Order: sequence, then structure tokens, then C-alpha cells
Amino acid sequence: MKKMLTLGLTAVMALSLMAGCGTKDGASSGSDNGGSAKTADAGGSGDTGGKKKFAIIFKNTGNPYGEKMMEGFKKAIEEKGDEAILKAPDQPTAEAQIQMIEELISQKIDSISVVGNDPDALQPALTKAMNAGIKVSSLDSAVNSESRLTHVNQADPERIGRTLIQGVSEMIGGEGEIAILSATSQATNQNTWIEWMKKELEDAKYANIKLVKVAYGDDLRDKSVSETEALLKSYPNLKAIIAPTTVGIAAAGKVLTDKGLKDKVKLTGLGLPSEMAEYIESGICPWMYLWNPIDVGYLAGYTAESLVKGDITGAVGEKFTAGTLGEKEIVADGDGTQIMLGDPFKFDASNIAEWKDVY
Amino acid sequence: MNSDLALGQAPKQQAGKASLSANFAKFREMGLLVFIILLCVGVQLRNPSFLTWENINDIATNTAILAILAVGMMLVIITRGIDLSIGATLALSGMTAALAVKEMPDLHPLLALLLGTAVGLVCGMVIGLLVARIGILPIIATLGMMNVFRGLTYEASGGKWVSAHQMPNSFKGIASGSLLGINNLIVIAVLIYIAAYYFVNHTRTGRRIYAVGSNPESAEISGIKSKRILWLVYSVMGGLAGLAGVLWVSKFASAQGDTASGYELNVIAACVLGGVSIAGGSGKISGIILGSVLLGILNNALPMVNVSPFWQNWIQGMIIVIAVIINALVKRGIDRNNLIRRKM
Repeated sequence: MKKMLTLGLTAVMALSLMAGCGTKDGASSGSDNGGSAKTADAGGSGDTGGKKKFAIIFKNTGNPYGEKMMEGFKKAIEEKGDEAILKAPDQPTAEAQIQMIEELISQKIDSISVVGNDPDALQPALTKAMNAGIKVSSLDSAVNSESRLTHVNQADPERIGRTLIQGVSEMIGGEGEIAILSATSQATNQNTWIEWMKKELEDAKYANIKLVKVAYGDDLRDKSVSETEALLKSYPNLKAIIAPTTVGIAAAGKVLTDKGLKDKVKLTGLGLPSEMAEYIESGICPWMYLWNPIDVGYLAGYTAESLVKGDITGAVGEKFTAGTLGEKEIVADGDGTQIMLGDPFKFDASNIAEWKDVY
Repeated sequence: MNSDLALGQAPKQQAGKASLSANFAKFREMGLLVFIILLCVGVQLRNPSFLTWENINDIATNTAILAILAVGMMLVIITRGIDLSIGATLALSGMTAALAVKEMPDLHPLLALLLGTAVGLVCGMVIGLLVARIGILPIIATLGMMNVFRGLTYEASGGKWVSAHQMPNSFKGIASGSLLGINNLIVIAVLIYIAAYYFVNHTRTGRRIYAVGSNPESAEISGIKSKRILWLVYSVMGGLAGLAGVLWVSKFASAQGDTASGYELNVIAACVLGGVSIAGGSGKISGIILGSVLLGILNNALPMVNVSPFWQNWIQGMIIVIAVIINALVKRGIDRNNLIRRKM
């Protein structure tokens, strides 16, 4: 009897553990359901004196990154002469977002753009919204493809890879040895970006740039420091380091600062403005890249506008104009679709002061 | 049981006459030293910039924090315990110090060091209470507290990082500054090693730690308050982890919630490499120096010899496994020698 009980308990605990693991990741799976959206077209369109209502739900309040994103969203909606509703729960939970979605459905608004706190948990609420004729899209953190028409993706691997090489080439005058300091050797994002960097390097204009090594700092401070030091010693003629990872680029910045190599080795990559402010201001890292949350919000705003207008339905191959960002095309993303933001944003000495407190 | 007793007395006998076992134990450290030298020669052949003053300085600086933590971990392991919470303690104290200097940029760096050490000390004292007074198994108590401390770190920081531009230069100077041309981190580590050497070899409390570890029952019978000793070692460990936390954050100029996550395993590895027996009762300062140095050299050298990242882990793991095997063989030899000696 006792044995049965312990066995049962163990099973329950194991299951709950697995359930806990299961909810993360898999942000973009499921199947495209542009069809269901079409059928619900008649419903929601607001009749508030021609002004349509567009809501954005961020993860939580008090997040400067989210505030910038909502700022961009509002800008896009107001450029079109509509009304933006900016929402964010106190706590970054899916439950709080579900409640907000329910409220928005009863307010009969036209569109919801959501930065998901959970890829799957929002599905019932968002499906209900779509059935009510509301155009649902996600941005930044995707919800699964069943619960959205399309997704605005801030990181376009090809643009990131190519831009990094173009940037580094400009820094070192198109000539010299460069190295990459990545996260782990298994990191999918970084590996895709590195692939694109290598493709960009094949171009004849980079004939004098030599990629000597791809080192892996595993996103650990101590290991990233050791790897950077090893790069500097193994390749004394190294001209620049590209670190497409937040921990790596900051660790490399610290090493170059401590060793006083400001004028000898340049640093660039993808980093958090707050982490990198010190090194950008000191000139160790002349500039670096990351997506601009304002642009992410802005593109999401235009995506929502186009969805409501009926210019796009969220199917692959559709095109629309996103204000100052120009023409955007919907591309496949697993079973769903997404819109790529495009070039990453450049952070340099002129704008870092404004951004270092944002994220 | 009897052979355990003999082991407990072994240090005293060593002082009297250089017995076979003592020579053997010494040889083990010689073995490690020879291994390190061979490794250095090998790496030097592959990359001539390995044995340069700059690189040796880098190795020492990067190893200092690990070495400081190894002192505390050795004491804990000698008492047959283990402390898995030190990575989290390190993160918590580092974050506390970072938040303090962020709010008060004029805070004297020494005060920041003290603050971090105090936070770590409190963490260690809590674990000491759980292990010594309540009698929870060290591995369970520290595993639990590891999550508690890690959670506190996230809570204290609100999940945000404290970045380089939010720290005053005086704070970053703790780790990047130097005394008489030697990096502060190395200076602090050396001071701690001198103090620890004196403590474990020349004070009564220090010797009692070994007694508690090699045979808790007979230590209790001979009047040693083993609970107090246990409480002490975890407190020392916590204090050192707290100190290391401030040094870590100062060195990397960034405090994150997941700082030094999993670092406790490196520290345990350094101890085991240095011949500290997980079964308790034995471990030497000279051993953990070599253990830390070996790990430090591995961390520095593997990136320099252009080994693929997959092999790096493999090599590091194999070296640790080999060291543990040697340790087990040598310990068996010592035990046998002790038995032989008693029969005579």
C-alpha cells in the first residue's frame, strides 16, 4: 500500500516537473490559420466615428524596453489617424494578459498586438478574440501560430550577420584579422548569424579581412574573459572582435579596457545598451547593434493597421508598406508567418546616453 | 572504525617521523605538480605566448576567485560536508554590493567589500545552523539554500543587471587595481592562503576541523564540540563566498541574477583535484593551491591551443576523473600502510 502511495506521488511529481518544463519555448509552432480570420471579418470593426482602436499588450509595466515599444506602436497608429490603447499588466504573467484580452474583446476593439508572456497559455483568449473579429498579431515574444495571424520578429538573421560584417569592415578600414566571440557552440541564433557573417565575408570587397577564429564564451563571464584573452594572445595582429551575444560583448569590452587596447582592437556585436554604455562611451566599442524597440512597436502598429484594413491576412508573400520602415513582406516561420524588422539598430556614442537607461 | 582512528592521528605522527604514507602523500602532490609542468610545456610548444609574463598574470588573476573559494570548500569537505550554495551566495553578495554602489557611488570600496562579505557570512551562518543544529544533510541543506539565495538575488535586483556604467570607478578598481605591481585579486588570495595555512595547521580550532571530519564520534568523545566546528566551517565558507562575490562583480563590472551559476562545481573540482577527500578528514592547503592552479591553467590554455569546444569539456572532465582515480588509489595505499604500521 505504502509502496503504491510513494509510486503514485513520484509519478505526480515527475509529471508536474514535466509540465513545468513544457510551457517554455516552442514559441512558433502550430499551423497557419488565415482562414478562420477571414470568416470573422464582419464583427469587430469599430464604429466610433471612423477612429479604429488598436491595442498593444506588453509583458508588464515599468519596463523601459516595453515603454519604448509601446511608444513606437502609438506613433504608427497615430500616423494613420487611429487610436492606440497601450496596456501592460503589473506582473509579467499570462493570466494577467488573458484578463486584459477578455476586457479588450468586450470593448469591441479592432486589433490586438501582444508581446506574449507565454506562447501557449494565451491561445484560448486570443482565439476568442479572433473569432470576435479582432485582428491578432504578436511582436517581440511570439505566441504560437494558432493564436495569431502573424508575428513581428525583431531579429532578422541575415540582416544581423551582414550588418555586423559591414560594420566591422568599416571600423578596421576593410583590412585585417577579425575573430568572433560567440555564446555556446550549440546556440542556434548565434550560429545562424555566424553563417550569415561568413556568407557576407565571401564578397570580394572583404578580400583583405580574415576571420581567424570563432571562439565560444558560453555566455559565462569568466569563460568569455578567458576566450577573449586567448584571442588577443594567439592572434597578436587581431584588429577586431565581433561578439553577437550580450554577455560576450560586455566581457570582451572589460578585457580590452583592462588591457588598454582601445586603439588596437575594435569591438562590435550585439549587446545591451545598459551593459555596453561604459565601453561605447569610452570608445572601446565604437558602435554595436541591437534591435530598436521603438521600431519593433512601430512595425507592429503598421502590421495591425494593414490587417484591419484587409491589405494583408497574414499569409506568406503578402506585402505592405510600414511607414518610414518601407515595404515589408510576410515570410514563413515554422508553421506560422512572420514579418522581419530588418536591419538592427546602431548604438553609438551619440545615442547611447539616451538608451542606457532603457534596457 | 579503528583504521579511521589511526587516520585521525596521522598528522601528529607525520610530525614525528617521515613515515612511508607521508612520503606517499607528498608524492601525490609532486605528481600533480609534475603534471602541471608537463601541461605547461605542452601548451607552450603549441602556443609560444602561453608562458609570457602577461599570460601568467592573467592566469593568476582569473584563478584568484576560484582559489579563495577553494579554501572554504576544503574546510567544508574535510568535515564530510559539501556546499552547493556558494555560487548563489556569491551572486547574492555581489548583487548586494553592486546595488549599494549603484545607489551610493561614493561608498568606499572597502565598505563594499565588507558589505558583501557580511551578506555571505549571514548566508553561511544560516546554512551552518541548518547543518549543525537541525542536522540536515549538507547536500540537501545547501541545495535548498542555493535556490533561496538565487531567488533573493533576482528579487533584490528585480531581474535587472547592474552594468559597468552604474558602478563607480573606485568599485571597479577593487579588481583591476594593483598593489606593488601585483593585481589586487592575487594579493587578496595570497593573504587568505597565509591566514588559512596558519589557521588549519597551527590553531586548535583548525586541527579540530580535521578531527571532526576523520571521526565525528571520537571527536565528540574527546570533548570537541563538533556542532560548533560545523557551524564555523559553513560560516567561513559563506564569508569567503561573499568576499568572492564582490571581487567577481568588480572584476567583470557587471552583476546579473545568474552570476556564477554552477561555479560551485568548479570549486569542488579544484578541491578534489588538490587531493581533498570527499570522505572527509584530509586535505591540504598546498593541495588546493595546485588544484586551483591546474583548473586555472586548463581554463586559460584550452582556448589557446585551439581545441574544439567539444573537446575542451571532454579534456577538463577527463583530467578531473584521472585525479580522482589517483586520489582513490593513493588513499587505499595509505590505509594499507597504516594497517601495516599498527601490526608492527
